[in-house]
Amino acid sequence: MVTRFNVLDHELVPKHEVLKPSEAVEVLRKLGTTPDKLPWIRASDPVARAIGAKPGDIVKITRRSPTAGVSIAYRFVIAG
Amino acid sequence: MPEKIIKSISFGILSPSEIRKLSRTAIVTAETYDEDGLPIPGGLMDPRLGVIEPGQRCQVCGNTMANCPGHFGHIELARPVIHVGFVKHIHDILRATCRHCGRLLIPQEEIDRYLRLLEKLEKKWPLLALRLIEHVKKKAIKRMECPHCGEKQYKIRLEKPTTFYEERRGGVVRLTPIDVRSRLERIPDSDVRLLGLDPKEARPEWMVLTVLPVPPIQVRPSILLESGIRAEDDLTHKLVDIVRINERLKESIEAGAPQLIVEDLWSLLQYHVTTYIDNEVPGIPPAKHRAGRVLRTLAQRLKGKEGRFRGHLSGKRVDFSARTVISPDPNISINEVGVPLDIAKILTVPLKVSYWNVDEARRYVINGPEKWPGANYIIRPDGRRIDLRFVKDRKALAETITPGFIVERHLIDGDIVLFNRQPSLHRMSIMAHLVKILPGKTFRLNLLVCPPYNADFDGDEMNLHVPQTEEAQAEARELMLVQNQILSPRYGGPIIGGLQDYISGAYLLTSKATFLTKRDVVELLAAGGYEGPLPEPAILSPKKLWTGKQVFSLFLPSDFNYKKKANINVGEMACEDEECFHDSYVVIKKGKLLLGVIDKKSIGAQQPESLIHFIAKEYGYDAIREFFDKAFKIFLRYIEKHGFTMTLSDVEIPVEAEEKIQSILSEAEEKVRELIAQFNQGVLEPIPGRTAEETLELRIMEVLAEARDRAGEIAAEYLDPFNHAFIMARAGARGSPLNLTQMAAVLGQQSVRGERISRGYKDRTLPHFRKGDIGAAARGFVRSSFRRGLTPTEMFLHAAGGREGLVDTAVRTSQSGYMQRRLINALQDIRVEYDRSARLPNGAIVQFTYGEDGVDPMRSIHGKAVDVNRIVERVVGWKR
Ligand SMILES: [Mg+2]
Ligand SMILES: [Zn+2]
Ligand SMILES: [Zn+2]
Repeated sequence: MVTRFNVLDHELVPKHEVLKPSEAVEVLRKLGTTPDKLPWIRASDPVARAIGAKPGDIVKITRRSPTAGVSIAYRFVIAG
Repeated sequence: MPEKIIKSISFGILSPSEIRKLSRTAIVTAETYDEDGLPIPGGLMDPRLGVIEPGQRCQVCGNTMANCPGHFGHIELARPVIHVGFVKHIHDILRATCRHCGRLLIPQEEIDRYLRLLEKLEKKWPLLALRLIEHVKKKAIKRMECPHCGEKQYKIRLEKPTTFYEERRGGVVRLTPIDVRSRLERIPDSDVRLLGLDPKEARPEWMVLTVLPVPPIQVRPSILLESGIRAEDDLTHKLVDIVRINERLKESIEAGAPQLIVEDLWSLLQYHVTTYIDNEVPGIPPAKHRAGRVLRTLAQRLKGKEGRFRGHLSGKRVDFSARTVISPDPNISINEVGVPLDIAKILTVPLKVSYWNVDEARRYVINGPEKWPGANYIIRPDGRRIDLRFVKDRKALAETITPGFIVERHLIDGDIVLFNRQPSLHRMSIMAHLVKILPGKTFRLNLLVCPPYNADFDGDEMNLHVPQTEEAQAEARELMLVQNQILSPRYGGPIIGGLQDYISGAYLLTSKATFLTKRDVVELLAAGGYEGPLPEPAILSPKKLWTGKQVFSLFLPSDFNYKKKANINVGEMACEDEECFHDSYVVIKKGKLLLGVIDKKSIGAQQPESLIHFIAKEYGYDAIREFFDKAFKIFLRYIEKHGFTMTLSDVEIPVEAEEKIQSILSEAEEKVRELIAQFNQGVLEPIPGRTAEETLELRIMEVLAEARDRAGEIAAEYLDPFNHAFIMARAGARGSPLNLTQMAAVLGQQSVRGERISRGYKDRTLPHFRKGDIGAAARGFVRSSFRRGLTPTEMFLHAAGGREGLVDTAVRTSQSGYMQRRLINALQDIRVEYDRSARLPNGAIVQFTYGEDGVDPMRSIHGKAVDVNRIVERVVGWKR
């Protein structure tokens, strides 16, 4: 039997979530920027596929950081 | 002429018709000058290509030499040739298009879809457009049958540098540049767009040259040698070759010469054009001068460190700068730099004359360029510059000076300058110093600033720059002054601090055994510039005596609390807390050094969370500068009074110790023999995951390392604890306990690549050993000490180990230098915005909060934004 491996369960993969459009707008407003100025992530990225992110979405990443405790980053999902 | 503004720049490939339009003349002969030395029309030195003789007027543009920009010519190639710079593109395009109809190997509907997508992407995401093109190309290359005309496609192979082959069913066929060009010509404009080219600016067939532009003479000037012979530029040489072969090819074709001869000449033409463009193409020999020197052609002019980009455009030479050897001066402030008088009389600072400084300005002018402090030039309000070297009556000139003049006066004490030592690897490699004019010919710097520059005085040279404007001077003073650079952003700690004698001196001064008479104390305090009352002596009778700790404490802030293990706090001298009988735990309360010696851990350079770090952070840069300029002078004064030298007898041990060490080493060697015997009998227990051989090596290394450590311990036991070599190693001033072991007891195992030395002769390192001997000595274990001296074989194997160290230092510096360059180029434009995010100039976000936590490492404590223990310590005086 083949066991499917879920990348989200790996301890080195931080929490990824797709933002609702209203949340995305708020994030962009707070950063004073447009989606293309965010770092990108491909829709074919294993994590993006696992959380069902589609091109145009914004993904929120919550990481544990040794210096900051928790750090938050955003990714703009692109095709490919 | 009205002001023009550049809206955009577009890059493309010159088309043959453009090249002809650009050209003033066709070059048709390889001859350059006739017998009279006059340039031949239609030759490579044709005067229509630009004037080079002074006084002459250009027959094309009518300008003289200074203003004529030069004019292009051209060569009509008898047969087309491939442009080496484009072979990769040509190869891709040939494979992606049909060999018959020239269409992109993708069905029409898809082409239409891709074109629409491309148009959208080019407007909004230019980067994604590039990716789309790559995708289209890859897809088209995979297709082996034309969807438009049904023609079967073949594999096209590129043989470097410029030959294409088509692998047809019947056999491999060479594609001549004519074939290549005609295929490229057939590609319609709309398909060209999907291949990533703008057909208006760059048609693919233009990548195959039919006409070659000939650059103006200004680009390739000939030089007149002393012997009166004219030497031509490398480009001219290469162009002569091209014209010569081109003319021969043309004649052969016209005369109907055999195919073979034409082909030969054609490929020779291809070779010359290729090397004319790039003379370092892999796969063909570089074109050479008669003398064997490799020609420097077009690509070589641009590439590399001395090329146009790195050598001329990003590299700059500047005025108002000086360079000389550096030497130490412990008496000047860390903020100062000693500048030789001769240099001070050449470097100048513009002094804007005002009502308040006219008299000063006049004094400088009267002194003139020879007498310091004088002036070299004055600039009148109308902008005229007067060179004071040629003014006879400077007194009269000085009288005419009024507010509004500028006097370029000599460098004087207190001027601000930038001081730099290469390689400038971090911010602290360029710092601002205050000038102090000194006699002599070297720049002088305080020893405490050696670590940030990584300078020593074995012949190092440094550069000095004089900022000319008030803004530049103010910035240098406020941001770049040495005292503002004490804390390094590299790790949260001080990069400036004590070295060598400073540390030995501090250790000796603050040691428990140091008692000072009033005379001593006064002398030390005078050296440190202390002004204030003397403390109560620690011992009143029979003679008043002060401790070194008392003297040191006078320079600490009165409310300073600090606790830390000293460098000597190891081994037998280790203590965990204030109850320390070895004086190895530093305790400062309310500005008094109560316990512990001051050594590397407290005042050393690059020691985070040290005494100097906390003074700098908590009392400011002025306080720490004062500490460096005063307390540190006392350390030097004390070591001078004390006397501090090292001698051979410092590493001498008694016979008894020597015997003990020798027996330990003999035992170890015996153990090694035993291990080898066990291995040979096959009874050596392997370490899990290792082969028997690896196990043997590891066990041998282990046994020998342990023996050396034990020998070192024995030597240390017999060494006088107050011997100077030992003091330096303990306090962290210079040398390590290992160095002492190697000098006094045994050098130990020499290694190459982390293993015992095994290479050299067949089955042995040197002919002095038996073949197959893998015992301690035969594999580089040095039993002698540096003091006793090495045997010849030991010396050889030691040199082998030492060589490795030298080699990888050389390799490492070049590799890390290149990495540094790439990192700087990649990161230089990133900046931290007011919202603490790190962004590129176009607004793209690199980090949402700088370094994830938004902490400025320079203002951190070893990376931490807040150190709770330190706060408690400051307030209460003890930790936790
Ligand atoms: Mg040096
Ligand atoms: Zn001209
Ligand atoms: Zn076709």
